[in-house]
Amino acid sequence: MLNIKKTCLNVAVALILPVAAMAQQADQAPVAKPSPHMESHIGNLTGHSGAGAALYYRYCWGCHGARGNGDGENAPYLNILPRNFVAATFKCRSTPTGTLPLDSDLYNTIGRGFNFTNMPSWAALTAQNRADLVAFIKTFSARWVTEKPGDPIQIPAEPKLTVESIKHGGELFQKLECWKCHGQEGRGDGPSASTLTDSNDQPIRPYNFTSDNRSKCGRTNADLYRIFMTGLDGTPMPSFADVVKPEDAWDLVHYLRTLQVNNKSPELTLWESTPEGKAIVAAKRVRNTNTGSGITP
Amino acid sequence: MQIKQVVIAGMAMLAASAVAFAGPSPAGGTVSGKVTYEGTPAKMKPIDMSKEPSCAKMYTTPPLAETVVTGSGNSLENVIVYISAGAPDDSAPATAAVFTQKGCRYIPHLLAFQVNQEIKIQNEDQTSHNIHPLPKLNREWNKSQPPGTPPISEKYDKAEIFPVKCNVHPWMHGTFAVMKNSHFAVTGDGGSFTLANLPPGKYTVTAYHESYGEQSQDVTVSGSETKTVNFVFKAKPY
Repeated sequence: MLNIKKTCLNVAVALILPVAAMAQQADQAPVAKPSPHMESHIGNLTGHSGAGAALYYRYCWGCHGARGNGDGENAPYLNILPRNFVAATFKCRSTPTGTLPLDSDLYNTIGRGFNFTNMPSWAALTAQNRADLVAFIKTFSARWVTEKPGDPIQIPAEPKLTVESIKHGGELFQKLECWKCHGQEGRGDGPSASTLTDSNDQPIRPYNFTSDNRSKCGRTNADLYRIFMTGLDGTPMPSFADVVKPEDAWDLVHYLRTLQVNNKSPELTLWESTPEGKAIVAAKRVRNTNTGSGITP
Repeated sequence: MQIKQVVIAGMAMLAASAVAFAGPSPAGGTVSGKVTYEGTPAKMKPIDMSKEPSCAKMYTTPPLAETVVTGSGNSLENVIVYISAGAPDDSAPATAAVFTQKGCRYIPHLLAFQVNQEIKIQNEDQTSHNIHPLPKLNREWNKSQPPGTPPISEKYDKAEIFPVKCNVHPWMHGTFAVMKNSHFAVTGDGGSFTLANLPPGKYTVTAYHESYGEQSQDVTVSGSETKTVNFVFKAKPY
Protein backbone atom coordinates (compact mmCIF):
# COMPACT_ATOMS: atom_id res chain seq x y z
CA MET A 1 0.00 0.00 0.00
CA LEU A 2 2.70 2.40 1.11
CA ASN A 3 4.90 1.37 -1.76
CA ILE A 4 2.19 1.98 -4.31
CA LYS A 5 1.62 5.41 -2.90
CA LYS A 6 5.32 6.16 -3.06
CA THR A 7 5.49 5.00 -6.64
CA CYS A 8 2.49 7.12 -7.56
CA LEU A 9 4.13 10.12 -5.95
CA ASN A 10 7.38 9.47 -7.77
CA VAL A 11 5.60 9.20 -11.08
CA ALA A 12 3.68 12.39 -10.40
CA VAL A 13 6.85 14.24 -9.48
CA ALA A 14 8.60 12.92 -12.56
CA LEU A 15 5.67 14.11 -14.67
CA ILE A 16 5.43 17.55 -13.14
CA LEU A 17 9.09 18.50 -12.75
CA PRO A 18 10.23 18.54 -16.37
CA VAL A 19 7.03 20.27 -17.45
CA ALA A 20 7.43 22.92 -14.77
CA ALA A 21 11.05 23.44 -15.78
CA MET A 22 10.03 23.80 -19.43
CA ALA A 23 7.26 26.24 -18.58
CA GLN A 24 9.68 28.41 -16.68
CA GLN A 25 12.10 28.42 -19.56
CA ALA A 26 9.42 29.32 -22.04
CA ASP A 27 7.90 32.10 -19.96
CA GLN A 28 10.97 34.08 -19.13
CA ALA A 29 14.52 34.33 -20.27
CA PRO A 30 16.96 33.57 -17.45
CA VAL A 31 17.24 36.67 -15.29
CA ALA A 32 20.79 37.73 -14.55
CA LYS A 33 21.63 37.61 -10.87
CA PRO A 34 24.07 39.84 -9.00
CA SER A 35 27.41 38.18 -8.35
CA PRO A 36 28.25 37.62 -4.67
CA HIS A 37 31.96 38.05 -5.39
CA MET A 38 33.21 41.23 -6.99
CA GLU A 39 36.53 43.01 -7.21
CA SER A 40 37.37 46.66 -7.67
CA HIS A 41 40.49 48.06 -9.27
CA ILE A 42 41.60 51.57 -8.45
CA GLY A 43 45.15 52.30 -9.52
CA ASN A 44 47.30 49.72 -7.74
CA LEU A 45 44.55 48.86 -5.28
CA THR A 46 42.40 45.77 -5.59
CA GLY A 47 39.25 45.71 -3.47
CA HIS A 48 37.49 42.49 -2.43
CA SER A 49 33.78 42.29 -1.72
CA GLY A 50 34.31 39.78 1.10
CA ALA A 51 36.32 42.31 3.06
CA GLY A 52 33.95 45.09 2.00
CA ALA A 53 30.91 43.26 3.42
CA ALA A 54 32.21 43.52 7.00
CA LEU A 55 32.80 47.24 6.54
CA TYR A 56 29.43 47.80 4.87
CA TYR A 57 27.52 46.13 7.70
CA ARG A 58 29.37 48.29 10.16
CA TYR A 59 29.38 51.73 8.52
CA CYS A 60 26.90 51.85 5.66
CA TRP A 61 23.82 49.73 6.16
CA GLY A 62 22.20 52.10 8.68
CA CYS A 63 21.24 54.28 5.72
CA HIS A 64 21.79 52.17 2.59
CA GLY A 65 20.00 49.13 4.03
CA ALA A 66 20.84 45.48 4.54
CA ARG A 67 20.03 44.68 0.91
CA GLY A 68 21.63 47.83 -0.47
CA ASN A 69 18.38 49.23 -1.80
CA GLY A 70 18.56 52.44 0.22
CA ASP A 71 15.95 51.50 2.83
CA GLY A 72 18.13 51.47 5.95
CA GLU A 73 16.84 52.34 9.40
CA ASN A 74 17.74 56.01 8.99
CA ALA A 75 16.46 56.38 5.44
CA PRO A 76 12.97 57.72 6.29
CA TYR A 77 14.54 60.70 8.04
CA LEU A 78 16.83 61.66 5.20
CA ASN A 79 16.51 63.92 2.24
CA ILE A 80 18.26 63.32 -0.25
CA LEU A 81 17.45 59.58 0.14
CA PRO A 82 20.41 57.17 0.47
CA ARG A 83 21.63 55.70 -2.79
CA ASN A 84 19.92 52.51 -3.96
CA PHE A 85 22.74 50.22 -5.07
CA VAL A 86 20.29 47.73 -6.60
CA ALA A 87 19.24 50.30 -9.21
CA ALA A 88 22.93 51.13 -9.78
CA THR A 89 22.22 54.68 -10.92
CA PHE A 90 25.05 56.96 -9.75
CA LYS A 91 25.46 60.73 -9.73
CA CYS A 92 29.22 61.15 -9.90
CA ARG A 93 30.63 59.39 -12.92
CA SER A 94 33.30 60.01 -15.48
CA THR A 95 31.22 57.87 -17.89
CA PRO A 96 28.28 58.92 -20.13
CA THR A 97 24.75 59.25 -18.77
CA GLY A 98 22.96 55.92 -18.34
CA THR A 99 26.17 53.90 -18.00
CA LEU A 100 27.89 52.39 -14.98
CA PRO A 101 30.64 54.43 -13.34
CA LEU A 102 34.27 53.41 -13.09
CA ASP A 103 35.50 51.85 -9.86
CA SER A 104 37.55 54.99 -9.33
CA ASP A 105 34.40 57.14 -9.55
CA LEU A 106 32.78 55.19 -6.70
CA TYR A 107 36.04 55.22 -4.76
CA ASN A 108 36.34 59.00 -5.08
CA THR A 109 32.69 59.44 -4.06
CA ILE A 110 33.15 57.44 -0.86
CA GLY A 111 36.19 59.51 0.03
CA ARG A 112 34.53 62.81 -0.84
CA GLY A 113 31.02 62.29 0.51
CA PHE A 114 28.18 64.41 -0.80
CA ASN A 115 27.84 68.05 0.09
CA PHE A 116 24.27 69.10 0.98
CA THR A 117 23.29 65.50 1.85
CA ASN A 118 23.77 63.17 4.81
CA MET A 119 26.54 61.21 3.11
CA PRO A 120 29.75 62.13 4.93
CA SER A 121 33.29 61.84 3.68
CA TRP A 122 34.79 58.44 4.48
CA ALA A 123 38.34 59.61 3.91
CA ALA A 124 39.04 58.43 7.47
CA LEU A 125 38.88 54.83 6.25
CA THR A 126 42.03 53.42 4.69
CA ALA A 127 42.33 53.40 0.93
CA GLN A 128 42.12 49.60 1.00
CA ASN A 129 38.89 49.78 3.04
CA ARG A 130 37.31 52.13 0.52
CA ALA A 131 38.36 49.90 -2.38
CA ASP A 132 36.82 46.91 -0.60
CA LEU A 133 33.58 48.84 -0.13
CA VAL A 134 33.46 49.67 -3.84
CA ALA A 135 33.77 45.95 -4.60
CA PHE A 136 31.00 45.08 -2.15
CA ILE A 137 28.61 47.76 -3.46
CA LYS A 138 28.87 46.04 -6.84
CA THR A 139 27.41 42.79 -5.43
CA PHE A 140 23.94 44.37 -5.09
CA SER A 141 23.07 44.81 -8.77
CA ALA A 142 23.12 42.40 -11.68
CA ARG A 143 24.08 45.35 -13.88
CA TRP A 144 27.67 44.85 -12.72
CA VAL A 145 27.48 41.34 -14.21
CA THR A 146 25.68 42.12 -17.47
CA GLU A 147 27.19 45.52 -18.30
CA LYS A 148 30.57 47.16 -18.39
CA PRO A 149 31.20 50.74 -17.22
CA GLY A 150 30.88 53.29 -20.03
CA ASP A 151 33.88 54.76 -21.82
CA PRO A 152 34.96 57.79 -19.80
CA ILE A 153 34.35 61.12 -21.52
CA GLN A 154 37.58 62.62 -22.76
CA ILE A 155 38.63 65.91 -21.20
CA PRO A 156 41.09 67.80 -23.42
CA ALA A 157 43.83 69.93 -21.88
CA GLU A 158 42.50 73.16 -20.44
CA PRO A 159 43.12 76.12 -22.76
CA LYS A 160 44.53 79.39 -21.52
CA LEU A 161 42.17 81.41 -19.36
CA THR A 162 41.09 84.64 -21.05
CA VAL A 163 38.39 87.24 -20.53
CA GLU A 164 37.00 86.19 -23.91
CA SER A 165 36.59 82.60 -22.76
CA ILE A 166 34.70 83.78 -19.66
CA LYS A 167 32.41 85.94 -21.81
CA HIS A 168 31.81 83.13 -24.28
CA GLY A 169 31.02 80.81 -21.37
CA GLY A 170 28.46 83.35 -20.20
CA GLU A 171 26.81 83.26 -23.61
CA LEU A 172 26.64 79.47 -23.41
CA PHE A 173 25.10 79.70 -19.94
CA GLN A 174 22.30 81.70 -21.57
CA LYS A 175 22.03 79.61 -24.73
CA LEU A 176 21.94 76.25 -22.95
CA GLU A 177 19.45 77.74 -20.48
CA CYS A 178 21.42 76.66 -17.43
CA TRP A 179 19.73 79.61 -15.69
CA LYS A 180 16.32 77.93 -15.92
CA CYS A 181 17.33 75.97 -12.84
CA HIS A 182 20.56 77.53 -11.56
CA GLY A 183 19.34 81.13 -11.87
CA GLN A 184 20.82 84.07 -13.77
CA GLU A 185 23.26 84.70 -10.93
CA GLY A 186 23.89 81.01 -10.30
CA ARG A 187 22.14 81.06 -6.94
CA GLY A 188 20.09 77.94 -7.65
CA ASP A 189 16.93 80.04 -7.86
CA GLY A 190 15.93 79.83 -11.53
CA PRO A 191 12.26 79.69 -12.61
CA SER A 192 12.18 75.86 -12.57
CA ALA A 193 14.18 75.47 -9.36
CA SER A 194 11.27 75.13 -6.96
CA THR A 195 9.64 72.37 -9.04
CA LEU A 196 12.62 70.02 -9.27
CA THR A 197 12.45 66.47 -7.94
CA ASP A 198 14.96 63.65 -8.15
CA SER A 199 14.18 60.16 -9.41
CA ASN A 200 12.85 59.20 -5.95
CA ASP A 201 10.28 62.02 -6.27
CA GLN A 202 12.06 63.94 -3.52
CA PRO A 203 12.53 67.70 -3.88
CA ILE A 204 16.08 68.60 -4.85
CA ARG A 205 17.85 71.94 -5.20
CA PRO A 206 19.98 72.95 -8.13
CA TYR A 207 23.54 73.84 -7.18
CA ASN A 208 23.99 77.33 -5.78
CA PHE A 209 27.26 78.59 -7.24
CA THR A 210 27.58 81.41 -4.68
CA SER A 211 27.81 78.86 -1.87
CA ASP A 212 31.59 78.63 -1.81
CA ASN A 213 33.01 75.78 -3.93
CA ARG A 214 31.09 72.73 -2.81
CA SER A 215 29.69 71.02 -5.87
CA LYS A 216 28.71 67.42 -5.24
CA CYS A 217 31.11 65.69 -7.57
CA GLY A 218 34.41 67.45 -7.00
CA ARG A 219 35.98 70.88 -6.87
CA THR A 220 38.53 71.12 -9.67
CA ASN A 221 37.97 72.65 -13.08
CA ALA A 222 38.08 69.17 -14.61
CA ASP A 223 35.39 68.05 -12.12
CA LEU A 224 33.13 70.93 -13.21
CA TYR A 225 33.72 70.00 -16.85
CA ARG A 226 32.83 66.38 -16.07
CA ILE A 227 29.71 67.27 -14.09
CA PHE A 228 27.83 68.96 -16.92
CA MET A 229 29.15 66.64 -19.62
CA THR A 230 28.07 63.44 -17.83
CA GLY A 231 25.06 64.81 -15.97
CA LEU A 232 24.19 63.60 -12.49
CA ASP A 233 22.05 60.50 -13.08
CA GLY A 234 19.03 60.20 -10.85
CA THR A 235 18.73 63.99 -10.57
CA PRO A 236 17.29 66.66 -12.90
CA MET A 237 20.83 67.58 -14.07
CA PRO A 238 21.09 66.27 -17.65
CA SER A 239 24.13 65.38 -19.71
CA PHE A 240 25.34 68.03 -22.19
CA ALA A 241 27.92 65.74 -23.81
CA ASP A 242 26.01 65.60 -27.11
CA VAL A 243 25.40 69.33 -27.39
CA VAL A 244 28.52 71.10 -26.05
CA LYS A 245 31.80 70.97 -27.98
CA PRO A 246 34.92 70.33 -25.86
CA GLU A 247 36.40 73.79 -26.51
CA ASP A 248 33.10 75.43 -25.59
CA ALA A 249 32.91 73.31 -22.45
CA TRP A 250 36.10 74.85 -21.05
CA ASP A 251 34.71 78.35 -21.66
CA LEU A 252 31.62 77.36 -19.69
CA VAL A 253 33.83 76.09 -16.85
CA HIS A 254 35.65 79.44 -16.75
CA TYR A 255 32.36 81.30 -16.59
CA LEU A 256 30.93 79.04 -13.86
CA ARG A 257 33.96 79.87 -11.70
CA THR A 258 33.05 83.58 -11.88
CA LEU A 259 29.60 82.72 -10.48
CA GLN A 260 31.34 81.37 -7.38
CA VAL A 261 31.76 84.86 -5.98
CA ASN A 262 32.73 83.51 -2.56
CA ASN A 263 35.46 81.24 -3.88
CA LYS A 264 38.71 82.89 -4.86
CA SER A 265 39.78 81.38 -8.17
CA PRO A 266 42.04 82.54 -11.02
CA GLU A 267 38.89 82.94 -13.13
CA LEU A 268 37.20 85.20 -10.56
CA THR A 269 40.38 87.25 -10.12
CA LEU A 270 40.71 87.79 -13.85
CA TRP A 271 37.01 88.62 -14.20
CA GLU A 272 37.20 91.17 -11.37
CA SER A 273 40.19 92.80 -13.03
CA THR A 274 37.89 93.99 -15.82
CA PRO A 275 35.57 96.93 -15.10
CA GLU A 276 32.55 94.97 -16.39
CA GLY A 277 33.30 91.90 -14.29
CA LYS A 278 34.09 93.93 -11.19
CA ALA A 279 30.68 95.62 -11.26
CA ILE A 280 28.84 92.32 -11.81
CA VAL A 281 30.64 90.47 -9.04
CA ALA A 282 30.18 93.39 -6.63
CA ALA A 283 26.45 93.41 -7.34
CA LYS A 284 26.21 89.67 -6.76
CA ARG A 285 27.94 89.90 -3.43
CA VAL A 286 25.20 92.16 -2.07
CA ARG A 287 22.81 89.28 -1.58
CA ASN A 288 25.26 86.98 0.10
CA THR A 289 22.99 84.00 0.62
CA ASN A 290 24.94 80.86 1.21
CA THR A 291 22.01 78.50 1.27
CA GLY A 292 20.05 79.55 -1.75
CA SER A 293 17.37 81.13 0.40
CA GLY A 294 16.40 83.28 -2.57
CA ILE A 295 14.27 80.40 -3.85
CA THR A 296 10.62 81.36 -3.90
CA PRO A 297 7.87 78.96 -4.90
CA MET B 1 9.33 6.22 -15.52
CA GLN B 2 12.26 7.05 -17.76
CA ILE B 3 10.25 6.24 -20.84
CA LYS B 4 7.59 8.66 -19.71
CA GLN B 5 10.12 11.41 -19.23
CA VAL B 6 11.54 10.83 -22.67
CA VAL B 7 8.05 10.93 -24.16
CA ILE B 8 7.27 14.18 -22.38
CA ALA B 9 10.55 15.73 -23.44
CA GLY B 10 9.87 14.66 -27.01
CA MET B 11 6.38 16.14 -26.93
CA ALA B 12 7.70 19.38 -25.51
CA MET B 13 10.28 19.59 -28.28
CA LEU B 14 7.60 19.00 -30.88
CA ALA B 15 5.47 21.72 -29.37
CA ALA B 16 8.42 24.11 -29.24
CA SER B 17 9.27 23.53 -32.89
CA ALA B 18 5.63 23.98 -33.84
CA VAL B 19 5.64 27.40 -32.15
CA ALA B 20 8.88 28.32 -33.88
CA PHE B 21 7.51 27.45 -37.32
CA ALA B 22 4.17 29.15 -36.76
CA GLY B 23 5.94 32.51 -36.26
CA PRO B 24 5.21 34.91 -39.12
CA SER B 25 1.78 33.96 -40.43
CA PRO B 26 0.33 37.15 -41.91
CA ALA B 27 -3.28 36.04 -41.98
CA GLY B 28 -4.18 35.38 -38.37
CA GLY B 29 -6.86 36.26 -35.92
CA THR B 30 -7.66 39.72 -34.62
CA VAL B 31 -8.54 41.09 -31.22
CA SER B 32 -10.29 44.42 -31.30
CA GLY B 33 -12.39 46.47 -28.94
CA LYS B 34 -12.86 49.75 -27.20
CA VAL B 35 -11.51 51.34 -24.03
CA THR B 36 -13.98 53.40 -22.04
CA TYR B 37 -14.31 54.79 -18.53
CA GLU B 38 -17.12 54.86 -16.02
CA GLY B 39 -17.62 57.55 -13.42
CA THR B 40 -16.43 61.11 -13.58
CA PRO B 41 -12.84 61.76 -14.58
CA ALA B 42 -10.92 64.59 -12.96
CA LYS B 43 -11.18 67.82 -14.88
CA MET B 44 -7.85 68.50 -16.55
CA LYS B 45 -6.36 71.86 -15.65
CA PRO B 46 -5.01 74.29 -18.21
CA ILE B 47 -1.20 74.24 -18.25
CA ASP B 48 0.40 77.46 -17.05
CA MET B 49 3.28 78.02 -19.47
CA SER B 50 3.93 81.61 -18.42
CA LYS B 51 7.45 80.65 -17.31
CA GLU B 52 8.19 79.55 -20.88
CA PRO B 53 6.96 82.40 -23.13
CA SER B 54 8.31 80.80 -26.32
CA CYS B 55 5.86 77.92 -25.80
CA ALA B 56 3.01 79.90 -24.26
CA LYS B 57 2.72 82.07 -27.37
CA MET B 58 2.02 78.99 -29.51
CA TYR B 59 -1.43 78.63 -27.95
CA THR B 60 -4.40 80.99 -28.10
CA THR B 61 -5.97 79.21 -25.13
CA PRO B 62 -3.73 77.31 -22.72
CA PRO B 63 -3.68 73.57 -23.50
CA LEU B 64 -5.05 71.12 -20.94
CA ALA B 65 -2.94 68.60 -19.07
CA GLU B 66 -2.97 65.18 -20.75
CA THR B 67 -2.96 62.88 -17.75
CA VAL B 68 -6.50 61.80 -18.68
CA VAL B 69 -7.76 62.45 -22.20
CA THR B 70 -11.33 61.41 -22.96
CA GLY B 71 -13.28 61.34 -26.20
CA SER B 72 -16.79 60.84 -27.47
CA GLY B 73 -18.89 58.10 -25.87
CA ASN B 74 -16.86 57.89 -22.63
CA SER B 75 -13.85 56.69 -24.62
CA LEU B 76 -10.42 56.83 -23.06
CA GLU B 77 -7.37 57.92 -25.06
CA ASN B 78 -3.67 57.22 -24.53
CA VAL B 79 -4.29 53.68 -23.35
CA ILE B 80 -1.77 51.11 -24.55
CA VAL B 81 -3.37 47.75 -25.28
CA TYR B 82 -0.96 44.87 -25.83
CA ILE B 83 -0.52 41.11 -25.73
CA SER B 84 1.24 40.55 -22.41
CA ALA B 85 1.33 36.76 -22.57
CA GLY B 86 0.87 34.06 -25.20
CA ALA B 87 2.69 35.67 -28.10
CA PRO B 88 6.36 35.03 -28.88
CA ASP B 89 8.80 37.93 -28.65
CA ASP B 90 9.31 39.75 -31.93
CA SER B 91 12.50 41.28 -33.25
CA ALA B 92 12.50 45.06 -33.49
CA PRO B 93 11.35 46.76 -36.70
CA ALA B 94 13.93 48.75 -38.67
CA THR B 95 11.97 52.00 -38.53
CA ALA B 96 12.48 54.33 -35.60
CA ALA B 97 9.69 55.47 -33.29
CA VAL B 98 9.63 59.27 -33.15
CA PHE B 99 8.98 61.33 -30.04
CA THR B 100 8.60 65.07 -30.59
CA GLN B 101 8.75 67.97 -28.17
CA LYS B 102 6.58 70.72 -29.57
CA GLY B 103 4.88 73.57 -27.76
CA CYS B 104 6.40 72.22 -24.54
CA ARG B 105 4.35 69.06 -24.88
CA TYR B 106 5.11 65.52 -25.93
CA ILE B 107 3.79 64.23 -29.26
CA PRO B 108 2.63 61.53 -28.90
CA HIS B 109 1.86 61.68 -25.20
CA LEU B 110 2.42 57.92 -25.02
CA LEU B 111 5.08 56.45 -27.28
CA ALA B 112 4.96 52.68 -27.73
CA PHE B 113 7.83 50.83 -29.37
CA GLN B 114 9.53 47.45 -29.22
CA VAL B 115 12.49 46.15 -27.28
CA ASN B 116 15.70 47.25 -29.05
CA GLN B 117 13.78 49.40 -31.54
CA GLU B 118 15.41 52.75 -32.22
CA ILE B 119 13.62 55.78 -30.82
CA LYS B 120 14.31 59.28 -32.11
CA ILE B 121 13.66 62.18 -29.80
CA GLN B 122 13.50 65.60 -31.41
CA ASN B 123 13.04 69.14 -30.17
CA GLU B 124 10.99 71.49 -32.37
CA ASP B 125 10.79 74.20 -29.72
CA GLN B 126 12.80 77.39 -29.32
CA THR B 127 13.78 76.37 -25.81
CA SER B 128 16.04 73.75 -24.23
CA HIS B 129 14.40 70.59 -22.96
CA ASN B 130 15.94 67.78 -20.99
CA ILE B 131 14.62 64.31 -21.72
CA HIS B 132 14.52 62.30 -18.54
CA PRO B 133 12.83 58.88 -18.81
CA LEU B 134 12.41 57.18 -15.42
CA PRO B 135 12.62 53.40 -15.93
CA LYS B 136 13.13 50.91 -13.12
CA LEU B 137 14.35 47.90 -15.11
CA ASN B 138 16.13 49.70 -17.92
CA ARG B 139 19.05 52.14 -17.65
CA GLU B 140 18.18 55.63 -16.47
CA TRP B 141 19.71 58.51 -18.44
CA ASN B 142 19.00 62.22 -18.70
CA LYS B 143 20.03 64.34 -21.68
CA SER B 144 19.79 68.01 -22.52
CA GLN B 145 18.46 68.99 -25.96
CA PRO B 146 18.79 72.69 -26.83
CA PRO B 147 16.89 74.02 -29.86
CA GLY B 148 18.34 73.12 -33.24
CA THR B 149 20.34 70.12 -32.04
CA PRO B 150 20.05 66.77 -33.85
CA PRO B 151 17.60 64.11 -32.64
CA ILE B 152 18.65 61.89 -29.75
CA SER B 153 18.75 58.20 -30.71
CA GLU B 154 18.21 55.64 -27.98
CA LYS B 155 17.11 52.03 -27.39
CA TYR B 156 15.71 50.05 -24.49
CA ASP B 157 16.51 46.38 -24.01
CA LYS B 158 13.83 45.38 -21.48
CA ALA B 159 10.03 45.47 -21.74
CA GLU B 160 8.69 48.11 -19.35
CA ILE B 161 6.23 51.01 -19.17
CA PHE B 162 7.57 54.12 -17.45
CA PRO B 163 7.13 57.90 -17.26
CA VAL B 164 9.20 60.46 -19.17
CA LYS B 165 9.62 64.00 -18.00
CA CYS B 166 11.34 67.28 -18.64
CA ASN B 167 12.75 68.72 -15.42
CA VAL B 168 12.97 72.24 -16.85
CA HIS B 169 9.24 72.31 -17.68
CA PRO B 170 7.50 70.46 -14.85
CA TRP B 171 4.21 70.13 -16.70
CA MET B 172 5.78 67.98 -19.41
CA HIS B 173 4.93 64.35 -18.64
CA GLY B 174 4.77 61.47 -21.08
CA THR B 175 5.02 57.70 -21.15
CA PHE B 176 7.34 55.26 -22.88
CA ALA B 177 5.93 51.75 -23.40
CA VAL B 178 8.62 49.22 -24.39
CA MET B 179 6.86 46.18 -25.85
CA LYS B 180 8.05 42.58 -26.21
CA ASN B 181 6.12 41.88 -29.41
CA SER B 182 4.56 43.75 -32.30
CA HIS B 183 0.95 43.24 -31.15
CA PHE B 184 0.07 46.54 -29.47
CA ALA B 185 -2.04 49.62 -30.10
CA VAL B 186 -2.54 53.02 -28.48
CA THR B 187 -6.08 54.31 -28.30
CA GLY B 188 -6.95 57.65 -29.86
CA ASP B 189 -10.23 59.52 -30.10
CA GLY B 190 -12.99 56.89 -29.92
CA GLY B 191 -10.92 54.58 -27.70
CA SER B 192 -10.85 51.72 -30.19
CA PHE B 193 -7.93 49.40 -30.80
CA THR B 194 -7.05 46.50 -33.10
CA LEU B 195 -4.44 43.84 -32.54
CA ALA B 196 -4.03 41.98 -35.82
CA ASN B 197 -2.06 39.01 -37.19
CA LEU B 198 -2.47 36.81 -34.13
CA PRO B 199 -1.77 33.12 -34.78
CA PRO B 200 -4.34 30.79 -33.19
CA GLY B 201 -3.80 30.54 -29.46
CA LYS B 202 -4.64 31.75 -26.01
CA TYR B 203 -3.56 35.27 -25.18
CA THR B 204 -3.60 37.70 -22.30
CA VAL B 205 -4.59 41.18 -23.44
CA THR B 206 -3.50 44.00 -21.13
CA ALA B 207 -4.59 47.65 -21.17
CA TYR B 208 -2.52 50.26 -19.33
CA HIS B 209 -3.44 53.85 -18.52
CA GLU B 210 -0.97 56.13 -16.74
CA SER B 211 -3.51 57.27 -14.15
CA TYR B 212 -6.08 54.46 -14.00
CA GLY B 213 -3.67 51.53 -13.90
CA GLU B 214 -3.86 48.29 -15.83
CA GLN B 215 -6.36 45.54 -16.58
CA SER B 216 -5.97 42.16 -18.25
CA GLN B 217 -8.33 39.73 -20.00
CA ASP B 218 -7.71 36.29 -21.46
CA VAL B 219 -8.87 35.57 -24.98
CA THR B 220 -8.59 32.55 -27.27
CA VAL B 221 -8.22 33.18 -30.97
CA SER B 222 -8.70 30.52 -33.60
CA GLY B 223 -8.34 30.78 -37.36
CA SER B 224 -8.83 34.26 -38.77
CA GLU B 225 -11.70 35.22 -36.51
CA THR B 226 -12.04 38.62 -34.81
CA LYS B 227 -12.61 38.53 -31.09
CA THR B 228 -13.97 41.55 -29.24
CA VAL B 229 -12.41 42.57 -25.95
CA ASN B 230 -13.52 45.75 -24.23
CA PHE B 231 -11.95 47.48 -21.25
CA VAL B 232 -13.77 49.72 -18.80
CA PHE B 233 -11.64 51.79 -16.42
CA LYS B 234 -13.00 53.32 -13.25
CA ALA B 235 -12.35 57.04 -13.43
CA LYS B 236 -10.65 58.74 -10.50
CA PRO B 237 -12.40 61.96 -9.51
CA TYR B 238 -9.15 63.64 -8.47
